[in-house]
Amino acid sequence: MALPAEASTGFKFDNVKRNQLLGDKGYKLPTATKTGTTIVGLIFKDGVVLGADTRATAGTIVADKNCEKIHYLAPNMYCCGAGTAADTEFTTSMISSQLALHSLNTGREARVVTAMTMLKQYLFRYQGHIGAALVLGGYDVTGPHLFTIYPHGSTDKLPFVTMGSGSLAAMSVFESRWREGLSREEGIELVKDAIEAGVFNDLGSGSNVDVCVLTKGNVEYLRGYSRPNERVFKEQSYKFAPGTTEFIDPAAAQGEDATAMDVSA
Amino acid sequence: MRTATAVAAPIEAHGHNHWSPYVDNGGTTLAIAGEDYVLVASDTRQSDGYAINSRYEPKAFVLSNNAVLGTSGCVADAKRLCEVLEQRAQLYQHKHDRQISTPALARLLSNTMYNRRMLPYYVFPVLAGLDSEGRGAAYAYDAIGSMERVTNSCFGSAETLIQPFLDNQVARNNQRGADPERLLTRQEALKIAIDAFTSATERDIYTGDYLEIFIIDAAGVHKETRELKHD
Amino acid sequence: MDPVTLELPHTLQRPGHAVAQEPMTRPAGPIVTGTSVVAFKYRDGIIMAADCLASYGSLARFRSENRLFKVNETTLLGAAGDMGDFQYMKHKLEDVMTHEYDMDDGQRLGTKSVYKCLSNIMYGRRTAINPLWNAYVVGGVDGGERVLGYVDLYGTTYTADAVATGFGKQIAIPMLRRRVEGRADEISEEEAVAILDDCMRVLFYRDCRALNKLRRAKVTAQGVEISEPYSLETNWTYAESIVGYGA
Repeated sequence: MALPAEASTGFKFDNVKRNQLLGDKGYKLPTATKTGTTIVGLIFKDGVVLGADTRATAGTIVADKNCEKIHYLAPNMYCCGAGTAADTEFTTSMISSQLALHSLNTGREARVVTAMTMLKQYLFRYQGHIGAALVLGGYDVTGPHLFTIYPHGSTDKLPFVTMGSGSLAAMSVFESRWREGLSREEGIELVKDAIEAGVFNDLGSGSNVDVCVLTKGNVEYLRGYSRPNERVFKEQSYKFAPGTTEFIDPAAAQGEDATAMDVSA
Repeated sequence: MRTATAVAAPIEAHGHNHWSPYVDNGGTTLAIAGEDYVLVASDTRQSDGYAINSRYEPKAFVLSNNAVLGTSGCVADAKRLCEVLEQRAQLYQHKHDRQISTPALARLLSNTMYNRRMLPYYVFPVLAGLDSEGRGAAYAYDAIGSMERVTNSCFGSAETLIQPFLDNQVARNNQRGADPERLLTRQEALKIAIDAFTSATERDIYTGDYLEIFIIDAAGVHKETRELKHD
Repeated sequence: MDPVTLELPHTLQRPGHAVAQEPMTRPAGPIVTGTSVVAFKYRDGIIMAADCLASYGSLARFRSENRLFKVNETTLLGAAGDMGDFQYMKHKLEDVMTHEYDMDDGQRLGTKSVYKCLSNIMYGRRTAINPLWNAYVVGGVDGGERVLGYVDLYGTTYTADAVATGFGKQIAIPMLRRRVEGRADEISEEEAVAILDDCMRVLFYRDCRALNKLRRAKVTAQGVEISEPYSLETNWTYAESIVGYGA
């Protein structure tokens, strides 16, 4: 009897047991950069507004003070990512290229539901091992659309959504101030306030506010829409005099002067 | 003592399902000692996980003999430790009719912490004051009372960011032409403390909101407050 | 709920039960629980709210619980977490107040003293590795000064213009930092009530352990006042437009 052929695609889990054993013996796996994040989206009168903070963290350290969390998917679609930075970046760029091929094949602009379905099917296949939590927004032939997609592949379709470690702070803004038929200006203002609620109340979020407005046939990407956290000037300069650092000159080290310095460079 | 040991140990042995009595409330404290002054700086953010409890909850405390206790770690323990130390300093005053000296207080703090060896105060303090010659004195401790007199020290969530900076700028380690023995002037120390905190605030999520700087000299304790970033 | 088994060393066991005794056990966590307490400072004093639900796990078990407690004429206490531990604490504080009254020296414990007393009890219990599973908010007016503090099962304490526990810390605090912090002196009672109701409404929308039946309390120079339970108006109209979760 023939043995079932080994799957040739997808993740392989052969090393799970080995990694567990190594973990038990005290070996630490490298930690991934997480975008401890606030990302949001809402539907307004004429379209969708997406928003994101710009802090990326590695544990308790800020890895990037001004990263981009609103990713391009298609000319009419953008996607905010929270969770493992690499997973959100690769997932959205991979789906983005598939969407490009899809619209070339069909000769039409891709629909937001198509992107949503591709993303959820992809994430579901990996059973949550791809740590991407997404807010997908876009405007297609059927109008404005807004979705959230969780790492396990479930989705929500709601008029206002938040994700990431600052999601509750941001949701407090939406739950108390969102209403149907917001104007463009009101929508942007509300998204800005929701992200700032995350920036100032959630330690995983910080720095600036990026906003993306998607309307019929138009996208406005407002990078650094609000910058409420400019760094202050330092009290003094920390320039060292040339030659401050001692090193061993290999040539001179042959002789007796082991601390000879080359300051010509 | 006996009770603490007896009760704490069996629970810990249970591994999972055991409740830890410790929380880390974040924040950073540093001290720099000079010829005739000593400086203590700490941020005032108190946090719990990813949430900010309070933007202004000081973690450096002025004691009755004009020494300053800077803390980091678990605030419940830090505040109790400070109270115990303050009470002991007052008892000393009543008993001997003079203020306790900073070196004596430093040793007292060490003993107080070692007394809780089996359920340590989860606190990493720096104690700063003037010694009997009027020189700036800073003492750094671990959580169970090991102590050392230092010219500079930093504890807390941004310790790994700031301490190397102090080694370089205060102790001036491994620099040709620098004199590691020279103590900083008050102005130099102040600038370095401020830059340490504005920079740590950029990169450590637990450090921020406000900066309190205490400068202790023969005239007493002088306090300065500055704003740090709130994100 | 799995109990933590606590084996006392033989030297601490009760006489006569030296050998074949069951190890002492205690619950590993809270049993009947209350959710958020929200409070902040306003012009005339302190305003605070808590809903009337005491949950048993995910079961909405007791729906008329009062989680706000008048400690004395100037001090208000709000409790989240285990309701049994809260009742024990109320009893304990009543003892303290009775003792103070018995002194008959014309002195009354101020809010700061009550807060300190409460904090010491909480810290003492956590240090004995036998915590009272609560987070408390203490509010009051002490010698003309507004006092608002927090203490939890670790003995963690802090004061701020706006204080909340549990879910309220994540949802109500961002709202209060925006609307209260730095302008507490300007807020009238009317505005304070509006802000508080907004917070409680959002908490009801988003906290699965919350109930739309709550009490509000205030402490002013005139003393402590705890309201009867009331409900908030809610709006679910947009829910009708939501169809499905995808295509």
